[in-house]
Amino acid sequence: MRLELHGITKRFPGVVANEGVDLVVEPGQIHALLGENGAGKSTLMNVLYGLYRPDEGEIRLDGKVRTFRDPGDAIAAGIGMVHQHFMLVPVFTVTENIMLGVESTRGRTGFLDYKTARSRIVEVSERHGLHVDPDARVEDLPVGVRQRVEIIKTLYRKADVLILDEPTAVLTPQEDEELFEIMRSLARAGTSIIFITHKLNEVLEIADTITVLRRGKVVGSTRPADTNQGELAAMMVGRSIKLVVDKGPAAPTEPVLSISGLSVRDDRGHLAVDSLDLDVRAGEIVAVAGVQGNGQTELIEAITGLRAPLSGSVRIAGSEVRAAPRKVFEAGVAHVPEDRLEEGLIPGFTVAENLILNTYYLEPYAKGLRVQRDAIVATAGELVDQYDIRTPSMFNDVGNLSGGNQQKVIVAREFSRPIKLLVASQPTRGLDVGSIEYIHKRIVEKRDEGVAVLIASTELDEVLALGDRIAVMYQGRIVGILDPSEATPERLGLLMGGAQLADAIGVMPPAGPRPPDAGSAGVAPSAGGGAR
Amino acid sequence: MSDERPKGPWEGGPDSTFAREIAAGDEALDRPHPTGPGGRRTIWPRIDLRAIGRGLVVPVLAIFTALVIGAFIIVLSDPAFWQELATDPLGAIATGIGNVFAAYGALITGSLGSPTEIVQAIGSGDSKAITMAFQPISETLLSATPLIFAGLAVALGFRAGLFNIGVEGQLYLGAIFAVYAGFAITGLPWFIHLPLAILAGMLGGAIWAFVPGFLKARTGAHEVIVTIMMNYISYQVVMLVLKTPGFQRPGRDDPISQNVLPSATLPPLIPDLRVHVGFFLALIAAAVVSWLLFRSTKGYEFRAVGLNPGAAKYAGMNIGRTTILAMVASGALAGLAGGVEMLGTQGNLTPGFSPGYGFDAIALALLGGSRPLGVVAAAILFGALRAGSTPMQAATGTPVDLVVVIQALVIMFVAAPALVRAIYRIKVGRTTGTEVFSKGWGA
Repeated sequence: MRLELHGITKRFPGVVANEGVDLVVEPGQIHALLGENGAGKSTLMNVLYGLYRPDEGEIRLDGKVRTFRDPGDAIAAGIGMVHQHFMLVPVFTVTENIMLGVESTRGRTGFLDYKTARSRIVEVSERHGLHVDPDARVEDLPVGVRQRVEIIKTLYRKADVLILDEPTAVLTPQEDEELFEIMRSLARAGTSIIFITHKLNEVLEIADTITVLRRGKVVGSTRPADTNQGELAAMMVGRSIKLVVDKGPAAPTEPVLSISGLSVRDDRGHLAVDSLDLDVRAGEIVAVAGVQGNGQTELIEAITGLRAPLSGSVRIAGSEVRAAPRKVFEAGVAHVPEDRLEEGLIPGFTVAENLILNTYYLEPYAKGLRVQRDAIVATAGELVDQYDIRTPSMFNDVGNLSGGNQQKVIVAREFSRPIKLLVASQPTRGLDVGSIEYIHKRIVEKRDEGVAVLIASTELDEVLALGDRIAVMYQGRIVGILDPSEATPERLGLLMGGAQLADAIGVMPPAGPRPPDAGSAGVAPSAGGGAR
Repeated sequence: MSDERPKGPWEGGPDSTFAREIAAGDEALDRPHPTGPGGRRTIWPRIDLRAIGRGLVVPVLAIFTALVIGAFIIVLSDPAFWQELATDPLGAIATGIGNVFAAYGALITGSLGSPTEIVQAIGSGDSKAITMAFQPISETLLSATPLIFAGLAVALGFRAGLFNIGVEGQLYLGAIFAVYAGFAITGLPWFIHLPLAILAGMLGGAIWAFVPGFLKARTGAHEVIVTIMMNYISYQVVMLVLKTPGFQRPGRDDPISQNVLPSATLPPLIPDLRVHVGFFLALIAAAVVSWLLFRSTKGYEFRAVGLNPGAAKYAGMNIGRTTILAMVASGALAGLAGGVEMLGTQGNLTPGFSPGYGFDAIALALLGGSRPLGVVAAAILFGALRAGSTPMQAATGTPVDLVVVIQALVIMFVAAPALVRAIYRIKVGRTTGTEVFSKGWGA
């Protein structure tokens, strides 16, 4: 189906979210929609999906003007959307999830007709290589497969236009490839795909056409063959962007963080970190790579005192960490937590109040029980300027800031204290290129000041860009420590996948302190090379 | 949270001058930082009348709507109206409207006094007439006094993410402690005895609230369940102590306590009027709660835990201790409600002395947006409704129960802001304090 958006304008009080946006998606085309957070991609897709009504402009499908009052209309017209956060019922089976809302029934009895539904699901999934067990419960499926269920859901509803909202954000590199295969297969069969993403390399790999949005307007359209990452980044941000982090070789000195034999249980009581050893030295960045859910969260929580370890020890600058986050902060640790809104910030508090979240009880911000407004405001004013936090004022609710600026609030708070160790979990998750560049620069600055840095990230680009050493974590263990020069995305991807190297874990070199000339002294995991 | 609000260009836009222009133009924004030299800076935006106005929209419309529906009830519940409707529909409607104005007029004069009477009394210079003219206001403030304390107790809990339904029970315990200190301790001058009795009341409420706070912190027991159950226990505790020799008034068989001694009695604010110093204490309590919540490190912790326990834990706050402390502070305020009622208004303890102050308090905290000043305003409103209801019934025959219905409607509309916005077609504004309510239910 040919989809045309003409002159779409959507205004919100005080903001124009989309201004005269034109977009044409040909049948069978993969059309990438690129833009920073707040560029208007989501608004545009919500207009297309019937969640918002445009103030101006029209939507045409195969030349006919259509208006959608709600998503039901859009679905009926053949538009399907896979949201970034999956809309699945975990305790239902794949079949139940897919037929939810379009249940087929047997005759007039009203009984659900699972058989027909199931056979249609099998048929749809076979056609495009979307391998899924229709009887599996969704809660038992890995993220990549859940995403396939979402895609089948749209195809089951006979979608001709498929909107994928940041589909690769939750996938491993291997799963990315599988998704791309599926997308190509769908496109060959005539489905039009709108692919929303931040990731420039993916756009260049998969898209037929690229449209870039900035501040609600289309700034340009191009084809992968005619452009490159730098140009796309510049189009998105409106200025040229450094995609590679500028950093010299690390000059590590003595270890600041020493982890030995650490085992940690997760909330469900499973062993999430399994007798792990790792040292991080002053002046180096150790990047922990791994697929989400391999114990990185629990590792970071144990280091920062948020979770009591089962056994083993964590030492920061020589002294043992106890399960007391305040003591850890006071020992000179900065922590950029994994989830901005669940842990890092308090939406409902002002920017200024969030900037003192873990120092509020200390002088000069408090004297006894009294909060010292002047001191807080003075510091907040400096930090807002220094870290370029874009907010109308420091008195605004931090929940109303964009993701990038929220992350800057955390970075400003954590980096402005005197610190010895920086622990950051997914420091740039969901951020646009401009913000990523900025935060990476700040992290490298800290390293150069002699801070020991531990980063946990599921983004390979980030791990490769920042890490002076790259530790790959799989099922609670560090299965290899690589030097960036030998860490290719493929090799990391394989290690992160784990299974192929299961028998090689034993021969991995132990993750311990190494001589100071670490820049070149990476330990190559023989298995990593062998597995290629 | 207004999810629909799109990210503005200033939140991610790369062009800072552009962002500043937008910032300057946006009506919803405070002044851009930093303020000019000499400008007094606060962590909180300076008083923004427009924001306050937005915050008042829902409560004011809720009250208005409740009064309109109350008017229909006055008309439709009158049997004479239905009789007259058959013969003379227009006349019936006219009479009905007349009744509404008469009833609401009586409600207002019963709670605020009649302006002409006040003017005449002042003009005549007769002190007795002046006292009489101000009596309705005195009764309103008297009724408002325990409501302010109790409303503050609930509001403080809301802010810390706690839904303290046990204010009623804590208030009973406060009353027991205050009364006992008020009659059992003898030989002290008033300036020692009275504060002691007030503190005893606080202590009683605090102890009663400590239990659910402690259980929540240690075992995760939900405070809603525990406090409801403890309310029932508190009624029985009152019955028990009132039957205990030494507490029960000698020579009486019915459950009634001994009288509070004059040295522990809160004196009237104005001679011959019933409103007492307790009202003044309630205003001080509101100021203290306001300071505690918004100007102290403890309040920062309370609000942080209430809004986002995950981030509070991350920031090194002790969630359990904060929960217990907030619960105890809330209970102490509830205890003050009971204690002040004993020491100022009633003078002795009887089983049903509270007409549900602790439950009205939940409504007050909601109506007041969990802000101390809002609670005071809401409590005075409810106090006025309560004080005016009896004169209304006496004057027009409209039953006092109408006031209960109006209160219930106000609460319903405040608890469902979307309903009010739908009725008056108001676009979704910014968040108000009432969201704290729903948060209070959370895990």
